[in-house]
Amino acid sequence: MPCINPDGTLTPSAKAMLSAVLSPATPEEVAKSTGLPLFRIRSSIREMRETGLVEEKEGKYLATRIGKEKSEG
Amino acid sequence: MEGKVASETREVASMPRLGESAPSFEAVTTQGTVRLEDFKGSWLILFSHPADFTPVCTTEFIGFAEIHPELTKRGAELLGLSVDSVSSHIAWVRNVEEKMGVKIPFPVIADLDRKVATSYGMIHPGESKTETARCVFIIDPEGILRAMIYYPLTTGRNMQEILRLIDALQTTDKHKVATPANWKPGDAVIVPPPNTQEMAEQRLKEGYECKDWYFCKKKL
Repeated sequence: MPCINPDGTLTPSAKAMLSAVLSPATPEEVAKSTGLPLFRIRSSIREMRETGLVEEKEGKYLATRIGKEKSEG
Repeated sequence: MEGKVASETREVASMPRLGESAPSFEAVTTQGTVRLEDFKGSWLILFSHPADFTPVCTTEFIGFAEIHPELTKRGAELLGLSVDSVSSHIAWVRNVEEKMGVKIPFPVIADLDRKVATSYGMIHPGESKTETARCVFIIDPEGILRAMIYYPLTTGRNMQEILRLIDALQTTDKHKVATPANWKPGDAVIVPPPNTQEMAEQRLKEGYECKDWYFCKKKL
């Protein structure tokens, strides 16, 4: 899982992405605020949704409670 | 007279075709698992190389890394591929950075099961039964395959031609024109030939630089 290190902590890019979805944002908005390519945002958001770090609401993405805790840790 | 008909089973590799949707995929890369649809809205240059830790491929990766900023300006992403493991890719790109001083900014697919290579016709058994040839697939923001280049194992690709091809395709899309041989940005472009006799008669009066009714150029 590229977003999560073997010890359970987040990679720097995953932390940046989670920080960008503390309020609802589209992948395009996350790409703009993080400076990461859109394909990486789409790929990472998919993985973070699968691990319960991010949820979708009406086409936008938002960090879950676990995601917020991880982004601060 | 009785006789036996020899039966022969031949494996026919699928080949993608220009103007059709590029084969979809999900693949493990050096930057995580990506799908073709993740690149929607961007131009994608999907390219294969025969193997990691080989000299011609190393020069090509350096070349692709060098044109990466120019591609980014054009809204295009790079995605490499070979039949190597992700650990091998990571070790190689780290080696290229350490020994050659070039950071590889794009992801590289680890296509160990050859699924992507097979769906794109990247393995040419006459060249190598185990390695991918030097293929380039240019996929537009709608996921349509717009151009293909195939080079043999022995010949490194020309990065300026890849940039030129992207420029030509984007110019065609934007201005509805064609581009002549050896065209480069700033050169005159080809006005699409008329397809009725009436249009052909008008064409010579439209102010283009014409050799004849079917062969007119204009500056953009």
